[in-house]
This record gives sequence, C-alpha cells and structure tokens, in this order.
Amino acid sequence: MSVYPASAEPGRATDEAAVRKAIASTVRPPKVSPLSAALTFGWRGMLKVKHVPEQLVDVTITPVMFVLMFTYIFGGAVAGSTGEYLNYILPGILVMSVLFNTVYSGVALNTDLTKGVVDRFRSLPIWPSAPLVGSLLGDSVRYVISGLVILVVGLILGFRPQAGVPGAAAALGLVVIFSFGLSWIFTTLGLVLRSPNAVMNAGFMGIFPLTFLSNVFVDPTTLPGWLEAFVNVNPISILATASRGLMQGKADLWDIGIVLAVAAGLTIVFAPLTTRLYRRG
Amino acid sequence: MTPDASLAIEAAGLFKSFGDTKAVDGVDLAVRRGTVYGVLGPNGAGKTTMIRMLATLIRQDAGTARVLGHDILAKADAVRAGISLTGQFASVDEDLTGRENLILIGRLLGLKRKEVKDRAAELLEAFGLSEAGGRLVKTYSGGMRRRLDIAASVVVTPQLMFLDEPTTGLDPRSRNQVWGIIRGLVSGGTTILLCTQYLEEADQLADRVAVIDRGRVIAEGTPAQLKTSVGSGALQVRLLDPDQRTEAAAILVREFGAVSPDTDPAALSATCSDPGRAAAAIAQLAAAGVEITGFSLAQPSLDEVFLALTGHPSAESPDRTASVEENGP
Repeated sequence: MSVYPASAEPGRATDEAAVRKAIASTVRPPKVSPLSAALTFGWRGMLKVKHVPEQLVDVTITPVMFVLMFTYIFGGAVAGSTGEYLNYILPGILVMSVLFNTVYSGVALNTDLTKGVVDRFRSLPIWPSAPLVGSLLGDSVRYVISGLVILVVGLILGFRPQAGVPGAAAALGLVVIFSFGLSWIFTTLGLVLRSPNAVMNAGFMGIFPLTFLSNVFVDPTTLPGWLEAFVNVNPISILATASRGLMQGKADLWDIGIVLAVAAGLTIVFAPLTTRLYRRG
Repeated sequence: MTPDASLAIEAAGLFKSFGDTKAVDGVDLAVRRGTVYGVLGPNGAGKTTMIRMLATLIRQDAGTARVLGHDILAKADAVRAGISLTGQFASVDEDLTGRENLILIGRLLGLKRKEVKDRAAELLEAFGLSEAGGRLVKTYSGGMRRRLDIAASVVVTPQLMFLDEPTTGLDPRSRNQVWGIIRGLVSGGTTILLCTQYLEEADQLADRVAVIDRGRVIAEGTPAQLKTSVGSGALQVRLLDPDQRTEAAAILVREFGAVSPDTDPAALSATCSDPGRAAAAIAQLAAAGVEITGFSLAQPSLDEVFLALTGHPSAESPDRTASVEENGP
C-alpha cells in the first residue's frame, strides 16, 4: 500500500483527464496567408497599446510640449507672430512627432527579443516576415494616433489648414507612409544592438539632429549657405515641405514623389535585412 | 540516412558551435513517435541549443536531422507545421492576457475567429486558468505561466512537442500539475522531447533518456537502466549541530564507504540503495550521540549521475531554490 499526500493524486487525475480531452479533438487548419498573419500581429500591437497606454503618452506629450514652447516662446522672434509661426511649424511638429515614434518600433522589437515569445513566433508555420510587418502595421496605427493628437492641439491653438480635412488627412497619410519606411532602420538597429536602451539612444542620436537640421522649425534661407544646402536635401525637410503643401492645398508632386521613393527605398533595403536578422535569432 | 517512419526525431552528428564553444558536439538521437524522450543535463550542456536546432530556430553547423520525417534545413516549414515549442523562459507575451495569448496563437495557426474563442476558453478551463484568463500574463505566478505556455503549444495539437525545462523554478505543487499535463499529452498520442535538469523528472515521465554533458551524449537508455548504472539512491542526513559533521562523516564512511559533500554545511549524503542499511546508519549516528534533524533516502541527483558517468561534477549545479526566485512573478 502506498500513501500519497492527500492533495497530489486527485489533482493529477483531473489535470490529466481534462488535458486529454482538450487535445483530443483538434484538426490542423490550413496554413494562414501572409496578410492574415501580419494583420494578426498588428492586432497584437493594438492590444499592447490598450494594455500599456503609457507608451503612447510618452511619445505624444513631448511633441505637444514642443508645439506650445516653440509657438509661444520662439514664434514672435522667428516669424513675427505666434499665429504665423503656428501655421509654419505645425506640419513640421507633426512630422517630428511621428518620426520620434518610429524609434520606439525598434525599442519594442528589441524588448520582444529578450522574451521567449519570439522563439514561439519563429517556430510557427507562418510567413517569416509576418511578425515584423504586422508590428509595424500596428505601430502605424500608433503613428496615426500621435499625429491626430498634434493636429487637434494645433486646431485648438488656432492652426487652420487651408486644404481642410482632406489636406490634413493626406499630409498625415504621407507622414505615416514615410515613417513605415523609416522604422525599418530602427527595427534593424533593434536586432543588432544589445539593449532597448541602446536602441533608444542610437535612434534619437540619429533622428534628433536630423529633425533639427531640417526646415521643421525654421526657414532654411536664414541659415549659413553650407547648412542650408544640407537642410534642403534632408528627406525630413522634403517631407515637412510636402506636408505643409498638402495642408495648405499647394502640394508639390515632385516632393511627394521623393518622399514616397525614400520610403520605398528604405523598405527595400532594410526590410529584408531585418527579416534575415530576425530569422537568424 | 533512410527515413524511419516510426521515428519522430532522427538526428545524426548534429553539431553547433558559438565561437570557440562547442555547444552541441556530434549528437545522435532516435525518438520513437508517441513516446517521451528525456534529455538530461546541467545548464550549459547544450540542451537548449539542440532543441533550437530541431525546432528550426537555428541552423546546425554540421550533421543532419529529420523531424517528423522532414529534413530540418530543407523542409523547415513542414517541420514547423507539426511541432510546438515551450521554451525555458515561458514563451508567452507578458503584455497580453492569457486568453489573448491563446487567441493570438490560434489565429496564427489558422483557426477561425469563432473557433479560436471557444478553443481558448476550453484550454483555459482544462489548464486551470479560467479565472486568470482575462488578466495580463505579467501578473501570473511561475506555475500559471508554464501552464499557459503549454496551453499555447497545444492550441492546435502538435505531433511533436519540445518542452525545455518545463518545471525549473516551480514549487512542488505546480510541478505536479505540469507533470499531470505532460502525462495527459502523452496519453493523447503526442511525442515529447523533454529537456530537464532533474533525474526525478526524467524518471517520472520519460520512456528513454539521453544524458548530455558538454554537447555530447554520454549515456542513453531507459531511466531504470540509467539509475542502475549510477547506483540507485542517496541517504542524506541533516545534523542539528554542523560541528558534528566530521564525527558523522566517519560513521557514514564506515557504513557506506564514502560520503559526498553537500552545499548545506549541516548536511551529508552517501550512496545507498537499501532502506534497511540506511536505518542502521541512522541508528549508528544516534548511538554515537550525533543528533539529526532529518534524513531522506532519495534518488541520485544530477550531480551524482554526472559524477558516476563522467567522474567530474556537472559544470553548473542546478539549484531549484535559486531559480524559484528568478522566475517568480
């Protein structure tokens, strides 16, 4: 006769039976399409925004502070009046706000890699790029939200886009498309660097000067010649100019074309690179 | 290598190095379908690297392997369609709820929206997580995470499951629950490759066991064969007064020929298989005035297995207590 601790044996029996029943009946469904897998990962990104809304607050508060500070502190000095300057700077702040968000895509990927869940994703019979494309699609929704916050703040302060809602929507769309392309650089960094902090530092070390050395805050004609030349070819300047154009109903197709081409170029180079690094683990 | 349909895993000369370290150094494996195959070894022995190669997460440097009849390099997608992986550190998303984790995996495996909801509810129920299903996983205890992790692995029943140290860091009650789940899976026909640091776990669950050390298989057989080859057990006594250790050691050496050091200064252990002889030794200690607070007659630890098989202790000795703290909520 054997004596067991009272709790162990009945527990074991129920567990086993329930598990046997739960695994008995499933048939393996057909493989999911790449799009469906990517959208599922996008849904995962959305859930994270829902469960950890703080990450959205972080990247939204800063640009709102920038709008307020630049408009009221520098507006008078830079453009003569705060109202004038707001019309100039708001599309630029929109660009900056959304671009800053892209760094967090790399940070989030790096954080993911430190957890075991990535191993599970990589062992699933799905399109290998789905987790990456999906999370960037999810991030794009975040980009839209942070862009909308800036637009609303601008409207409250007196910003009036002449092209109305369609113009603002087109500008936001262009910024989000560019950001989708740009974020592949940061996902690559996210896979190469060791810690989420390193990704954040490297990311902002790049994006911060590039944003300030653009026409986001000031008209480049006031800059020294050599700097002006750089600012004029900086894709962020071109994006900001195109967004201003779209909002004011004076869009330059050439600028829009360059922005789309840069976004496509970044995706073509860095998306396969990111996928390869991700697969290799 | 001719494929053998009765085998779920068939590996020959698997080799993987990281820099100068040979993580897996020429491993051959043959795992029959419908069985539990234990891979026993300490931290750093190469268990996880081996699983990662077989689960198509990393590519081997040399050697070949077939999983469910498919070459792991040439037919990685076919392999992935039949396996599931439960990692050493729970492979679930901490920022989602338990239910959302199961829905995510179910959707990725192609279940329909409605099916996946029912399936998630059914699994949460079966794994004792119904009440916690709506909570974020980061609030789960270690045992709950492991159960969710295994549930995520069976959203669609796999033909072969890799379980990497499923009970490391769990308290005895959670460990028993996980063992119950594993037995349920096996009786349902799933093949399991179980990596573990605990001989007891391999003994409880596995049909066959490979002991690996520094990337090599150093022994293979049924748990019974393995235990016979290393001696069947150990008597551990805990002294009231650690200063009496020398005196106690002398008595145990007289009775059993040798004593093994123990990390606990108040404890001593000696190889012993016969409860009668153990009782006699305890009586001897009492007669000599050595007071003990407790004693146990247990199966050999991994350290003892290693000592017996290799003549050297395992590189890193496993420590349940330490890992409980690491993996706690």
